[in-house]
Amino acid sequence: MPPRLNIVVPVKRVIDFAIKPRINASKNAIETNGVKFSLNPFCEIAVEEAVRLRESSKDLVESITLVSAGSAKAQDTLRSGLALGADKATLIEIPAIDDSKSLELEPLAVAKLLKAFVKKSNANLVIMGKQAIDDDSNQTGQMLAGLLNWSQATNASKVTVDEASGVVTVSREVDGGTETLSAPLPLVITTDLRLNTPRYTKLQDIMKAKKKKTEKVSPEDLGVDISSRLEILSLSEPPKRTGGGKVDSVDALIGKLKELGAI
Amino acid sequence: MALFHLSSALRRPASKLVRFSSSLRRTLSSLVVLETGPPAPYSVLTAASKVGGPITVLLAGSKASAAAVEVAKVDGVSKVLTASSAEYDHSLPEKLAPLIAENVKGGSYTHVFASASAFGKNVLPRAAALLDVQQISDITAVESEDTFVRPIYAGNVIATVKSKDPIKLITVRTSAFPNPATSGNSAPIEDAVDPAVNSQTAFVSEELTKTERPDLGSAKRVISGGRGLKDKESFDKIIYPLADALGAAVGASRAAVDSGFADNSLQVGQTGKVVAPDLYVAVGISGAIQHLAGMKDSKTIVAINKDADAPIFEIADVGLVADLFDAVPELTGKIKN
Repeated sequence: MPPRLNIVVPVKRVIDFAIKPRINASKNAIETNGVKFSLNPFCEIAVEEAVRLRESSKDLVESITLVSAGSAKAQDTLRSGLALGADKATLIEIPAIDDSKSLELEPLAVAKLLKAFVKKSNANLVIMGKQAIDDDSNQTGQMLAGLLNWSQATNASKVTVDEASGVVTVSREVDGGTETLSAPLPLVITTDLRLNTPRYTKLQDIMKAKKKKTEKVSPEDLGVDISSRLEILSLSEPPKRTGGGKVDSVDALIGKLKELGAI
Repeated sequence: MALFHLSSALRRPASKLVRFSSSLRRTLSSLVVLETGPPAPYSVLTAASKVGGPITVLLAGSKASAAAVEVAKVDGVSKVLTASSAEYDHSLPEKLAPLIAENVKGGSYTHVFASASAFGKNVLPRAAALLDVQQISDITAVESEDTFVRPIYAGNVIATVKSKDPIKLITVRTSAFPNPATSGNSAPIEDAVDPAVNSQTAFVSEELTKTERPDLGSAKRVISGGRGLKDKESFDKIIYPLADALGAAVGASRAAVDSGFADNSLQVGQTGKVVAPDLYVAVGISGAIQHLAGMKDSKTIVAINKDADAPIFEIADVGLVADLFDAVPELTGKIKN
């Protein structure tokens, strides 16, 4: 009998996907005051997938643990993940630099924190988003798999667990189409948008989530150095594109394209 | 800290290129990890050349030797290393990342580059973790040997970042750099150090979309369809003939992909492909920020949409407010003639 799944799902609190970020006055950070934050969409898909694995077979999943590294405000993010159906949550609390913000963790630091947490919690499967929509790095899952020396399956669009053998089969989105891999546990999977559509949480799920266990740990508890390796020298807006106006017929469109040398 | 001048660095021989790092004098040297399957994104080499210093290319897999012969001809390549083992086919990161790390440790590389394609995104962060380096993803410009430019927040913000790591691992947005010239270079080809790491991850199968059309990532022209196409039948009937008439690649918005009009691998946007062709034609696409992130660096953008208020018109060089079911077949017909 292969081990049951002890799933860890790392989640990140990010500026809501529908909001256009604003650069602060000193051009070195994004304004966060009064801005709506949400659970990173790829992380939401990861939580949903863990919950679906449990729903697919009663005995498959032992536990689903959420973990987030960030400021105290990341508690809200963990609550939304718990409302989706995870069992418990841990916040790796990053102390504030000043009143308004705490250190922005880089993927390598997050991967080190996650490695320590995954070992501590005896997890054998990590499901996480392929990228955060704020820094767009697409690194943390791969780094975590490397640090743990586990198999990795990134950009997953389908996950199947063979209960008898404990082998996980994952279809991945690649440049020319799809690729399928298989690996025994333990394994790190990162989610593509295609993997699933997260459920809407009902009020009763949100109420239930409030009773679920959450704990806090510090980077020191996990013995991890979280200092930055990169320095943001400046942030700027991309060059603005201004539309060239509209035409009223296909002939005018072709004329304009010839004028622009595009055809 | 010595000031580093990019333009002079490119002209001077590599052996004279020095900088002070802590108290050490270091010579710049780049390792570029390329895919062996076509089309190899050689523009990664152009990004590496902006740093200065010799460029070594690492190729792995059973096609590595054949690919090496081609790469050795590219201008600016000093050496090609090959790990000619079928163990590296399908680019499994569990094997490839230790190969990269081993060769970096054994060499005196200051920089490691790969494309920000599905390949580079999958493999390089794992190698970065093994080397204890914070990778820099998807760069669009090289400011100096330690300072790079990259888009964040779906391209809504451009960040200039400086790396404090002794070795820089970098993935490159290939559409932001031109292809290097090939004019009779013949770099030596040597064997890479092969750590031959075992892994339990197994490649099972792949389903690649077969197409005669240009590759979406590198095409000069792209025709993309969105939700406005209504169904797959219309998408095929309207978009493909126009793409054929223009010799263009076909792309799609997330809405079109999610609705099953087009294959996932055709998605253009923050989470799909980032393209920068000479001509981008958006048909029935409203222009959500996640889509614009993938195409707003195109040279000329055309939008055909019946909603005059669609955000795509704010960035399109030419906009046509019309029913795409009439306008696109008319456009296709007139271009053919």
